[in-house]
Amino acid sequence: MRHKVAGYKLGRNPAHRRSLLRNLVTSLIIEERIETTVPKAKAMRPLVEKMITLGKRGDLSARRQALAYLMTSAAVDKLFDAIGPRFGDRNGGYLRIVRTGWRKGDGADNAFIELLGSEKVLDEKRQKRAEARSKRAAENKRAMDEAEAHGGVEHPTPGAEGEDKT
Amino acid sequence: MPNPKRRHSKARTGSRRAHDSLKSRSLSECPNCHERKLPHRACAKCGYYKGREVVEVKEAS
Repeated sequence: MRHKVAGYKLGRNPAHRRSLLRNLVTSLIIEERIETTVPKAKAMRPLVEKMITLGKRGDLSARRQALAYLMTSAAVDKLFDAIGPRFGDRNGGYLRIVRTGWRKGDGADNAFIELLGSEKVLDEKRQKRAEARSKRAAENKRAMDEAEAHGGVEHPTPGAEGEDKT
Repeated sequence: MPNPKRRHSKARTGSRRAHDSLKSRSLSECPNCHERKLPHRACAKCGYYKGREVVEVKEAS
């Protein structure tokens, strides 16, 4: 009988698990979408929904409860100013989890979890990333051309800026 | 310690393993790019799921 074994342990002790979930919830509220594994996404979903319910309530007591759970006050501000009003006419089901295949290193089942209605924000973020990437590529190319013109002794270190993961 | 009394024949081994074969994954067709993809997952080829692009896919360079 599978009685009284609900929930996800995620291979962590209670304190570690609580920290992980608080971090995930805070990140999701700030970023609107995060990539993670399917069990983590499922474990954090009810917690995020509870936070959004607090955001919809919007009174001082709710704000203090959110501050007690979320890691940064910026996330609390965003929750109460932007996210709460956005979901005013929806009763739960604020999130979407989409599976995206397997992680290369350990074969974990990957997914992203996002707030509904965040498509516009995410598109903007994506565009910004693409711009930054093309700018950096152009800069690298120029630096490389210059180095070549100087005899090609010193190399600009590619990868020093860090690869942009999407 | 208990030990086997009799030799185990190849036929016995083989018939035990008769049900051990692997089954192929069932795949569905991506409605966007018509590749075969895993069901209930974003398409690995084009990054679409339920009619919109959900993940960026790196193009082979």
